[in-house]
Amino acid sequence: MKDRFVQLSSRLGHETLPLFAFMLLLILVFGLTTPRFLTAANLGSMAFQLPVLGLLTLAMLVPILSGGLNLAIIYTANISGLTLAWILISAGGVDAGIGAFALGSLAAIAVGALSGLVMGLVIAYIGAHPILVSLAMMIFLRGLGEFLTRGGDISGFPDYMNAIGHGSVLGIPVPLLIFVVVAISWHIMLKRTRHGFSVYMIGSNIHAAEYSGLPTRRTLAMIYLFSGVICAIAGILMAARFNSVRVGHGEALLLVTVLACFLGGIDPFGGFGRVLPVVIALLILQILSSGLNLVGANQHLSTAVWGLFLIAVMTVRWLTAKLFNKRR
Amino acid sequence: MPDYFRSNPVELRLMVVLLAMIVALSLGSEHFLTLSNLTSLLNNNAVNLIWAVGLLVVLIAGGIDISFAVAASVVQYLAVYCFEFLGGGNWAIGFLVCGSLGIALGLINALFIHQFRIISIVITIATFNAFFGLLMFFSKGRFIYNLPDWWVDRIFIFEHESNNGVWSELNLAVAVMVVCVIATWILIQHSNIGRQLYAFGDNPDGAARAGINIALMQAVAFGWMGLMAGIGGLMQVNIVKEVVPNALYGRELDVLAAVVLGGARLGGGKGSIFGCILGVMFVAITQNGLNLLGVSPFAFQMIIGAVILIAISTSNLSFDFKAIRRGKASA
Repeated sequence: MKDRFVQLSSRLGHETLPLFAFMLLLILVFGLTTPRFLTAANLGSMAFQLPVLGLLTLAMLVPILSGGLNLAIIYTANISGLTLAWILISAGGVDAGIGAFALGSLAAIAVGALSGLVMGLVIAYIGAHPILVSLAMMIFLRGLGEFLTRGGDISGFPDYMNAIGHGSVLGIPVPLLIFVVVAISWHIMLKRTRHGFSVYMIGSNIHAAEYSGLPTRRTLAMIYLFSGVICAIAGILMAARFNSVRVGHGEALLLVTVLACFLGGIDPFGGFGRVLPVVIALLILQILSSGLNLVGANQHLSTAVWGLFLIAVMTVRWLTAKLFNKRR
Repeated sequence: MPDYFRSNPVELRLMVVLLAMIVALSLGSEHFLTLSNLTSLLNNNAVNLIWAVGLLVVLIAGGIDISFAVAASVVQYLAVYCFEFLGGGNWAIGFLVCGSLGIALGLINALFIHQFRIISIVITIATFNAFFGLLMFFSKGRFIYNLPDWWVDRIFIFEHESNNGVWSELNLAVAVMVVCVIATWILIQHSNIGRQLYAFGDNPDGAARAGINIALMQAVAFGWMGLMAGIGGLMQVNIVKEVVPNALYGRELDVLAAVVLGGARLGGGKGSIFGCILGVMFVAITQNGLNLLGVSPFAFQMIIGAVILIAISTSNLSFDFKAIRRGKASA
């Protein structure tokens, strides 16, 4: 029994089971304190709220795994959303056809990929620090967005966009479906492909990876390119959910995505971490914020609780590591 | 000075670019090199530079701090209540209260970093969320305008009326900035602890084996950052005459960009006061220049972002052709 537990734990990543247990505990606590927590309405609204933060966190995840950071994710998503909005508006706004949406989405993804690629190339070939490069890109994209929109928002999208932001297929919200598909493909990319292997190796030791013949520069450029693509998908989803695009939408999520990655056991120095525990960490954050909301606290208290929770988790990790080392 | 630039090539390049910009701007705009423009440039960037030198110390010690701007807001709110409790207060009490509150918040970061071995970016992102969330929760987002007179009264340390009747003046914040910059310079360049900070930032394990007190280093770095955050918060209220809970939210990344642009290395052990000043001035003068040249204010941030991106791309290019030939271009 114990062996099987250890085996399961190592298959899922050692962060997964404690986080999962804590999530169940939270569900139990909120389920007992507020009768409205375990209702279809609440679970449904959670399922609609989670995917935007979830996608942005996935965009942050791989750069952190490679030992970097992508601080430009929010504004990459905003600029991609703007691209889509611009194409939809010029195709007739509310009357724009599905073709315009497809074209707009492709253009949005291309814009996201391009901004990611520029960062990736600067990081890979010039060797500048990812924090600095993505910070500069963030300031640039924020400024570009403000320049183009004059700080206002763009709205008036066709009705079928609603189906993406608020619709369900077989009872599963469409945003959640998108998130699950991206999360699974992210997991497969990291664990089953050559690119994913390079990501882990670069995160562990970039010089060793270089001398082992891994294409470190190409991999770095690809990491930020993929990150930009995910941002673009998040941007499209945000446009569909809020039915408007404004530069600065989701600004407050930037550091929350980093928090979710660290909570999910991603090594801040890179090299170690998996998708599954990060997804569970995201669920925990969402449960905390929805649960506290139902208990009567506001979003700001949830933000504080998220921060305190990360401190608590890191402290517990340190304590367990210490106990574990003593026993040996 | 030549020795300084030989060991700090980033600072040298930045200074050359900055000088070129100053020459170009003084030729392109007759307002640039006027006393009133230069004093307003100093007034507007005093608080940023106070924070920048604080962040510099943390970066030299190999850390990073995301929480300082939010911490400064927390200090402002707590200070309002402290002054009420103390029956009004004055500048001396103000510095004492804001400085101590700032140091206390900084030491929270240092405690977790040292005691629980949590790396600084993780803990400061956590405290960033905790500070901001708690501040917004308890203040309910309220602005405070009813502040003690001494705090919001303008104090000029320099006034001058030019022949055409234009006043130029420097506020108290500039004097405080100068004191903070000199104090930080003495700390990192001319004190034993400062030299230990460089050693610790460059190689923590080596420093520990050489007998440097690691706990003290973290406490000094984050305590100093906290002190500067608190003082910056105090001076910012003096300039804007109000306390707004989310006014400083987001400023941390702008300051970080300026400091790193000035040659401080993310990862520790490298960075100088002079570079830090250059970095802040570079961003400030770019913005000021665009303003004077009549560029739309909406385009400022975009151009500044692009300029920083170009600056990092070129400052990380190796101009050492011998090294390239030896195959070490990626150093």
